[in-house]
Amino acid sequence: MATTTNTVPSAGPVAGSRSFLSRLRQGDEIARMITFLFAASVVLVTLLLVFELWQGSVLPRHKFGFNFFRTSVWDPIFEQFGALPFIYGTLVTAAVSLLIAVPLGIGAAIFLAELAPARVSDTLEFFIDLLAAVPSVIYGVLGIFIVVPLMRQYVQPALKHSLGFLPLFQGPAYGVGFLTAGIVLAIMVIPYIISVSREVLLSVPRDQREAALSLGATRWESTWKVVVPFARAGIFGSIFLALARALGETMAVTMVIGNTPVISASLFSPGYSIAAVIANEFTEATGDLHTESLIELGLVLFILTFVLNGFARLLIVATSQRGSGRGQA
Amino acid sequence: MKRITGLLLVVLAVAGVLRADSALSITGAGATFPYPMYSKWFDEYHKKNANLEINYQSIGSGGGIKQVTEGTVDFGATDGPMNDEQLKAFQDKHGFRILHFPTVLGADVPSYNLPGVSAELNFTQEAISGIFLGKITKWNDPAIAAANKGVSLPANDIVVVHRSEGSGTTYIWTDYLSKVSQEWKTKVGKGASVNWPVGLGAKGNESLAGTIKNTPNSFGYVELIYAIQNSMPYGRVRNSSGAFIKADLVSVTAAAAGAAKDMPDDFRVSITDAPGKTAYPISSFTWLLVPANFSDATKREAIKGFVKWMLAEGQNYTEALSYAKLPKEVVAKELKALNDVQ
Repeated sequence: MATTTNTVPSAGPVAGSRSFLSRLRQGDEIARMITFLFAASVVLVTLLLVFELWQGSVLPRHKFGFNFFRTSVWDPIFEQFGALPFIYGTLVTAAVSLLIAVPLGIGAAIFLAELAPARVSDTLEFFIDLLAAVPSVIYGVLGIFIVVPLMRQYVQPALKHSLGFLPLFQGPAYGVGFLTAGIVLAIMVIPYIISVSREVLLSVPRDQREAALSLGATRWESTWKVVVPFARAGIFGSIFLALARALGETMAVTMVIGNTPVISASLFSPGYSIAAVIANEFTEATGDLHTESLIELGLVLFILTFVLNGFARLLIVATSQRGSGRGQA
Repeated sequence: MKRITGLLLVVLAVAGVLRADSALSITGAGATFPYPMYSKWFDEYHKKNANLEINYQSIGSGGGIKQVTEGTVDFGATDGPMNDEQLKAFQDKHGFRILHFPTVLGADVPSYNLPGVSAELNFTQEAISGIFLGKITKWNDPAIAAANKGVSLPANDIVVVHRSEGSGTTYIWTDYLSKVSQEWKTKVGKGASVNWPVGLGAKGNESLAGTIKNTPNSFGYVELIYAIQNSMPYGRVRNSSGAFIKADLVSVTAAAAGAAKDMPDDFRVSITDAPGKTAYPISSFTWLLVPANFSDATKREAIKGFVKWMLAEGQNYTEALSYAKLPKEVVAKELKALNDVQ
């Protein structure tokens, strides 16, 4: 990220000093227009998406209004649709996955970028990229046949035994549920965090490290207090990528979450997520209200992603300003 | 992965356009449950009629009804008959009717995982509906135990498992529950996806089978074919004459024969809880949806030709794939109804 911002301003003045015609002749203007169109198409597609989702969900918006977000009955036969359990499930599973994946992923990235020999780091990176490319249905199948039985037989009884006084770890251990979905999601998003964070850490200029070391910092101090803060924006970027993936993941989640629209404080409880219910019910949805309620859920997921991403960006801005201030002091 | 799929679709589309000159191509979409049977039929029929190609997409019954109503496919297929509203929507849009043609029979079976119990369990109507309503929660409940004398059932909680995605299998199961339990009918109803009172949702047959296999004390429903092909244990169900029947191809056809006498002219009939001493009660037809009017005469004749073949020779292929044959009475009635396609 730091390297790209360096090159852009240097191109600006050169281009501005020539006349429009000569720039056109040289191809600069053509290239600018073409790339602008490409960039604009991204915005256009996003707007179209929102428009379509909005248009497609007229019926439930009129019928349920704001109650769509407040009620938790989802009944296709008697046509009552409330999104609350799906929103809850989506947020809880994403939160659990990030709680697990962020420390693991960043820790691994620090090791690979700063501590491991280059050959080891590159070899491992190859495997991490492989993991990121595995289709999610494979993770789902592994989830059903390996993670779920492990959870039911060992992890959940152990958690119940040691931390059972917390409302988080109560109720029957089915194996499927919020916790299992969060863990499977964590396994899926860790490669993203490692891969992107490692790249960002590797791109931290060498003189930053050398300066810290020359001031008497240990290797770990230079890594933790200089290199990681320098790369903070990029590391946050990797976490948002992971968050987006966790919010929208469908196949793997639906295979291990239990697909039951309930809101429960217990992570052992089966639940449901927005993406999962859309995938499950859309093809066989009968009646316009059912179909359009699913489309409105799509809109809700879109808004959720949008808000969380916006919030995250604000967080970056806030922490990077404070961070640089402290760095100077 | 997505890119490859996209590329494949483009190649297929181009191939389809190129082929269109030389061969007649008919498209259909709908039910997933009979898909293995249909793809076998379309393949065999293509071997006999090299210039006719039938493309079928198993996108689900709801999607099949939608697409045939939109007119984007030549015929549809469904596991649950279209309701009056849907028939009216088709009539209003096109100005002619859509006809149902039963093709094969399928059934749902109750499957379970009870460690330590090797006997084949018997289930009454009350037991099945009670478990799915969440009223029977223990395996040793008197409603289950009474039908299984001599089997020592554990006092464990029953883990109910159902399909999470909309599916014909669920339609058949909830149709049955609506018939045997008034409470189910008023509280939950029948459909491809419903608001389940209890239970875990598992996506697809594979996932449901996996969940049952991995979860002690679980109870759920799977398609008969799937249970047979994967040698899953399943129980007997008490039918309307009081006999406990194990689902197999014979008892499923018997259910259809029991219902055939009162078969309505439009074939939209539910044969769950059918009369007949040997009838298996959680059985169902699956249907092709054929518009009553084709502007393209070659297409019309091609579809009629296929349906005729499917009702005669085609029925011989069913048992190898674990689908139950149509009873003779139904076949005769369908051949007559085929004349309405014009």
